[in-house]
Amino acid sequence: MIRWRARIGLRSRLVLAFLLVAAVSAGTTAALTYREARNAILEQVQNTAVSSFREQAATVGTTLPMDGAALQEVLRDIARKGKPRTWVVFAEYGSMRVSSGTSPVSTVITPELRRAALASPRGVFQRVDKDGTPWLTMAVPTVFKTGLSARPTGLVLYAVMPLATEEDDIRAMLTAARDGALPALLVALVPALLAARSVLRPVRDLRTAAQRIGRGELDTRIPVKGSDELADLAYTFNDTALQLERSVTELRRAEVRARRFASDVSHELRTPLAGMLAVTDVLDEDAERLAPDTAAAVRLISAETGKLAVLVEDLIEISRFDAKAAELNADEVDVAETIRRTLATRRWTDPAQVACELPPGIRARLDPRRFDVVVANLVGNALRHGGAPVRIRLRDEPPDGGRARFAVEVADSGPGIAPDVLPHIFDRFYKADAARTRSAGSGLGLAIVRENVRLHGGTVRAANGPHGGAVLTVRMPLATPRPDGEAAP
Amino acid sequence: MTCDTPLMPRVLLIEDDPSVREGVELGLRRRGHEVRTAATGEAGLTALGEFQPDLLLLDLMLPGMNGVQVCRQVRETSQLPIIMLTARGDDFDVVVGLEAGADDYIVKPARTEVIEARIRAVLRRIEEPGGRPAVEFHGDLAVDRAGLGVAKSGQRVALAPSELKLLLFLSAAPEQVFSRQQLLEHVWEHSYHADARLVDACVRRLRNKIEDVPGSPRYIQTLRGFGYRFGPL
Repeated sequence: MIRWRARIGLRSRLVLAFLLVAAVSAGTTAALTYREARNAILEQVQNTAVSSFREQAATVGTTLPMDGAALQEVLRDIARKGKPRTWVVFAEYGSMRVSSGTSPVSTVITPELRRAALASPRGVFQRVDKDGTPWLTMAVPTVFKTGLSARPTGLVLYAVMPLATEEDDIRAMLTAARDGALPALLVALVPALLAARSVLRPVRDLRTAAQRIGRGELDTRIPVKGSDELADLAYTFNDTALQLERSVTELRRAEVRARRFASDVSHELRTPLAGMLAVTDVLDEDAERLAPDTAAAVRLISAETGKLAVLVEDLIEISRFDAKAAELNADEVDVAETIRRTLATRRWTDPAQVACELPPGIRARLDPRRFDVVVANLVGNALRHGGAPVRIRLRDEPPDGGRARFAVEVADSGPGIAPDVLPHIFDRFYKADAARTRSAGSGLGLAIVRENVRLHGGTVRAANGPHGGAVLTVRMPLATPRPDGEAAP
Repeated sequence: MTCDTPLMPRVLLIEDDPSVREGVELGLRRRGHEVRTAATGEAGLTALGEFQPDLLLLDLMLPGMNGVQVCRQVRETSQLPIIMLTARGDDFDVVVGLEAGADDYIVKPARTEVIEARIRAVLRRIEEPGGRPAVEFHGDLAVDRAGLGVAKSGQRVALAPSELKLLLFLSAAPEQVFSRQQLLEHVWEHSYHADARLVDACVRRLRNKIEDVPGSPRYIQTLRGFGYRFGPL
């Protein structure tokens, strides 16, 4: 049943129900009308015939002994006066059978009528179907009056009248009822479709609106028409959408405010830091000439100023990604050469510390500065938290979505990353070890790696290698989308 | 590369923030530079005439007349080396400053060490290939390597230091292709991963000065995907 309902649409179900109601009411009306009309017609015919027959029968004088020929003459006379049409009249007296027609005995008169006729001096009638033809049969016993009482003479008169004409009239009525009901059903189809449409349109609107909300178009509203249940539903939907939009807007605003705040703070910190960083050289140079405690304090300030500058730069970098203001200045480079240069700049050139497998010939279009940050942060992180030797592998990668790719794998020789930590290592300021309150890095290194890789249309994954140690794999397309109108060589 | 610039260049610093101004001034002075500072672009332009610096350190974000405008005005009359001070992500695009004629830029905050290295790099001359004539002719272009001058069809062309260095470097090896990373290392003494827009902006400025039709260059040619080369003519 449920499956059946699911297959047949709401519109079909509504139209079917409408037509069913129309058909039942049309059918019932036709049936009742037919029955009443039929009874009325037949009763009128019966009453006319029965009363007329009774009158005729009363005029028959009975003379004994019965003369067949004279009786037949009387019967023919009665038959002629029959109302509303001529009858065939039969008479039965003992074994004597006389009729106004050709056959002395009727085939439609039933034994029940004969029995009833003897018991009822006022006469009886019966409707009989004989071979599909309806007949009205009547019986009246003749009486002779002796003073106040009347006694049956033993002569019973029967009249038989075909009802075919009436039956034809009734059938014509039935045909008329049917012929009227069918167009009525067709006409009923129009309001059925209209009603289905008026119900279904709000339902369809609701579906479309719900889909749009799902796509994030939270300002979607439905026009509310009328005051029926569907209008209520539309009103509720609009109200819900409004509340949802408000909540989401408020959340977004709060997020924008939080990010703006982080960005503003970073920018505000940068200016004093620029002044401080410019004089750290002076502090470092003069520290040795100061008293030991003062020297230690001065060196601390100098070192922390440097770290603070890195942190603030990383924060500003992250807030640029958040504000979608990060630009890709792509250039075509040899990837192996680019990685080698990154390692050389950071003085990670000892093979016991950083081992490389950098096949030549992989050329990619990427932002060299950002790619440098990616490689440096991954290797720096592996050296700090994993342990030497760190292995770097560059390789071609099977294309993804028709785009040729390359992969850089950075594996360390440390204990690996705990499974519950793995999903979080690219989070900002995530500390794998709660005891370690502050690492040498800014805490944003891997988050910046992920954002930079995403900007190139690539992915970065963290896992543990088969022989222990963390493995971070960057996969990037060989060709990042080229901004329009760039005059790159 | 040889180092035949004055040992301690005179530096004019235009910077509105007092702490940065004082910090950078202190750092550079400690290293022996003679430093003059100005808090606004207007004051800086005035100081330029009196002080006659060897190099201009110019903050991009200035109240009133901004760094780009100062840069443009200086370039109208002078080929003084200009290094912009900028904060990455500032509203001012570094490209606008480079188009205005700056030779290099430094991202703030920076250690004095870094600032001084940039100053020396901008002032350093390109190493001369031995056994070459003092003046070379390439088409309509006459390049005087000893006198550090360039003339086109006999007319002297005023080139900013970075433009001159780029032209000297490329024309020293005609038809050889250099990637932008190589040019950053050799001409600007930046790291391999530095901002290649520095090269592109300088090439555009140079083309505007020496090419007949900057849109279809003869001298500084682009090899898409590889880099730039001088000629073939």
